[in-house]
Amino acid sequence: MKITRRQLLILLPAAAVAWDAVLAGTPEASPNYTLTEHWWGMLVDISKCIGCGNCVRACVTENDVPEGYFRTWIERYHVSDYDLVNPVVDSPDGGKDGFPPILEPGGKNFFVPKMCNHCADSPCTQVCPVGATFITPDGVVLVDKKYCIGCRYCIQACPYGCRFLNPKTQTAEKCTLCYHRITKGLTTACCEACPTGARQLADLKNPSDPIHAFLRTHNVQVLKPYMATGAKLFYNDLDGSVR
Amino acid sequence: MEHLIRLAVVMAIALTAFMILRAAVVPRSFGQYGYYRGLALAEIASRPIAFAGHVNCETCHSDVVALKNEGKHAGVNCEACHGALAKHAEDPGTLQPPKLDTAVLCVRCHEVNGARPRDFPQIVAKEHSTGLPCETCHQPHSPVIGAGAKP
Repeated sequence: MKITRRQLLILLPAAAVAWDAVLAGTPEASPNYTLTEHWWGMLVDISKCIGCGNCVRACVTENDVPEGYFRTWIERYHVSDYDLVNPVVDSPDGGKDGFPPILEPGGKNFFVPKMCNHCADSPCTQVCPVGATFITPDGVVLVDKKYCIGCRYCIQACPYGCRFLNPKTQTAEKCTLCYHRITKGLTTACCEACPTGARQLADLKNPSDPIHAFLRTHNVQVLKPYMATGAKLFYNDLDGSVR
Repeated sequence: MEHLIRLAVVMAIALTAFMILRAAVVPRSFGQYGYYRGLALAEIASRPIAFAGHVNCETCHSDVVALKNEGKHAGVNCEACHGALAKHAEDPGTLQPPKLDTAVLCVRCHEVNGARPRDFPQIVAKEHSTGLPCETCHQPHSPVIGAGAKP
């Protein structure tokens, strides 16, 4: 069979279109989950946190977090009576195995669980040079580890210190808000394991989510609001000394 | 004139080569939702779960849930103490959850610590139990003494 120049000119674009379809692959079906129907955040109630470390251990179990690194961790604050600006903060092994008794006398003491704030205008996604980190249409900041080149810009950019470089994969890693769970209708591992309900996953786009009533009736803050990150990790009863 | 056409042809070939290379290298789902690979969402979401979730526990262990709901531990999810048990929920026959040690487990939450909320029940384990295991007096699913019937 002899192909004329005219036939070749028709065939080449056709082949290109076919190749295009091959490259596109088959997108994975997620039948019961619509990205645009959710906008995820989390509520942390400081007055309920007992510093047991369940959330930290649950996160490690659920997400295979490498030893010595944390996607969520607990800080213990000791604020002496007249020194709000210089709190003493400790977090032995991220609070994974609980906390030793407090040695400093007086002042006030409390636990602050920390994790990615899943900012609506996150500094970390803005600095990524390759498009490896991003906020999803349902409001979760994720890392595409196949695209990450391990340049660490995002780790520097996060004002909350929530990212680290995975020593094995040499890619940036962070809390995924248990994206593999919340897209299946489950709560996050840390919320599941929290015995006092100090952590609550919140869907801000769901009008029947109890978060809305809670935000209206409580003194809720986010960390570093002056950075205009659009943080979605809401803290109830947060002390002014926390940063 | 001819030299201009030659240049145009070279440019066209270079542009075509660039477009082909770009199409081959950039994943198709890049730009599906934004400046990132759209398929990454599905990849991250496809990770297997470790914690089954309390709804899953309740389908089989409704008796324990009923007992727990009457007591102080009503708000505590099963896996908060029993650990991640998605594999057990999937196949209850083969994977049995490990037996728990109350000496380790209870003090995680209830050992006295100055940073814990004042109204949270706390004890100094050494003085409180004199070495006896917690479940001697407290039934973990309904811990007020005398509240729970069976362990």
